[in-house]
Amino acid sequence: MDGIQKKLLEEVAGLHDVPQGAYSLRINGSLHGKNSSENIEIVGKTDKAGIDIYIKPGTKNESLHIPVILSQSGLRELVYNDFHIGEDCDVTIVAGCGIHNGGNETSEHSGVHSFFVGKNARIKYVEKHYGQGDGNGENIMNPTTYVELDENAYMEMETAQIKGVDSTYRKTTAKVSKNATLIVNEKLMTHGKQIADTEFSVELLGENSGTHVVSRAVARDESKQRFLSKIEGKNKCSGHTECDAIIMDNATVAAIPEILAVDPDASLIHEAAIGKIAGEQLVKLMTLGLTEKEAEEEIINGFLR
Amino acid sequence: MLEFKNVSFSVEGKDILKNVNLEIDDRFVAITGPNGSGKSTMAKLIAGIIMPTSGKIYMDGVDITDMSITDRAKAGISFAFQQPVRFKGITVKDLISLAAGKRTSVAEACSYLSEVGLCAKDYVNREVDGSLSGGELKRIEIAMINARSTKISVFDEPEAGIDLWSFNNLIKVFEKMYERTKGNIIIISHQERILNIADKIIVLAGGEVVEYGEKDVVFPKLMDVRSGCYLTKDNA
Repeated sequence: MDGIQKKLLEEVAGLHDVPQGAYSLRINGSLHGKNSSENIEIVGKTDKAGIDIYIKPGTKNESLHIPVILSQSGLRELVYNDFHIGEDCDVTIVAGCGIHNGGNETSEHSGVHSFFVGKNARIKYVEKHYGQGDGNGENIMNPTTYVELDENAYMEMETAQIKGVDSTYRKTTAKVSKNATLIVNEKLMTHGKQIADTEFSVELLGENSGTHVVSRAVARDESKQRFLSKIEGKNKCSGHTECDAIIMDNATVAAIPEILAVDPDASLIHEAAIGKIAGEQLVKLMTLGLTEKEAEEEIINGFLR
Repeated sequence: MLEFKNVSFSVEGKDILKNVNLEIDDRFVAITGPNGSGKSTMAKLIAGIIMPTSGKIYMDGVDITDMSITDRAKAGISFAFQQPVRFKGITVKDLISLAAGKRTSVAEACSYLSEVGLCAKDYVNREVDGSLSGGELKRIEIAMINARSTKISVFDEPEAGIDLWSFNNLIKVFEKMYERTKGNIIIISHQERILNIADKIIVLAGGEVVEYGEKDVVFPKLMDVRSGCYLTKDNA
């Protein structure tokens, strides 16, 4: 790995080098390295780009890293990663994509991640997207996530895209079984002329299934964001979706929450708020000695933390 | 030392403060007066949140009238809001660090919180958001002023919401603050017990200073009129 690739790896996965334990590292369109562990098996797909990951039932306190790095301008790829998570697991999966585009061509990574989470399993899934580069080429990332939670499974999904991605279409679809819960926390910041389009669609199928889909977003400059969140309650269940956005400069933000109950015992809530940074917040921090610009940065950093 | 020279403030033709002239150079100076008398306006003028329509404000002889909020903060003015501000994602420790102007350790942040009667470990990593009560926020606001330790500290009704804590503790906080800063602590308050610890009391009514003097002189007059209306220029 060269210096740029190492920096990207640190940005998206917090890693300084190839990780310990189970991992798959993809650089510039091909597999740079992978390692299975006793409980986590990683198998390359033969019919298309991507991997299958099999986590043995009962695997606890293990983590898996699957970062993707693109530092070659103009590379476009579509990768399929399937996660088969056994019953009673408790694991953390860290994914992420970093693009450095120093050229004039568009770089694009589209990852399709499918999670099949077994009964009673607990998963924390962290996905970070980051772009950089001084070229004129665009950085595009289109993550698609599909989640199936079996009975009593729990999945927490944290996604963040803070910088450098010119265009993104993020689609997440989930089916939640009896007593299972899906938590989604999305953090998003767009600047320049970036466009971010997010869609969540969660079906609460089982009795006592639940979901919280929460998005915090900051739109700056001329950027445009659209957040669509749909929760369908098809049983006795509880669902909550919340979009909280700070709008700045000449940005545009659309928040479209949709809740649909087809069972009288479904309890669904949606909240959406868009507004600029409150003046009193800026004033308070300025009375502590910060300039208006510094105050703004503190407020945004806290909001997206 | 803080000085107001012929300071007036008006909004849309309505006079909020009228030609205020005074010097503040004591340990504790209380500002009191009925609602709408201009107390909070005075505090905001000191902090630079609003600018006078006319007149000048001096700090230690330096004209600060045109200085920004940030520059005044850097020059040594602190202001505890009447209604503390909430922030999503910013923790109590973050705010105390920002107030102190440096990364404070957990131990330092805890000592400021303990001083205002908050069990530090329960609060240091809490977000300063809607999950905190008004009283908790007020105390965090005071802890921030403590962390700043500046020459001039202005508190806008600090006693609101601290009923479970005691006034005695609040007064101790002010005393300790003075020990550290040797500056001027200006407290807007209606509370007799707070007025009673002041060295001097300023009474505002209708945007004018109707009384300013030693506590021993002003306080009894205030008590006389408590049952009726506040002092005005005519009956002072």
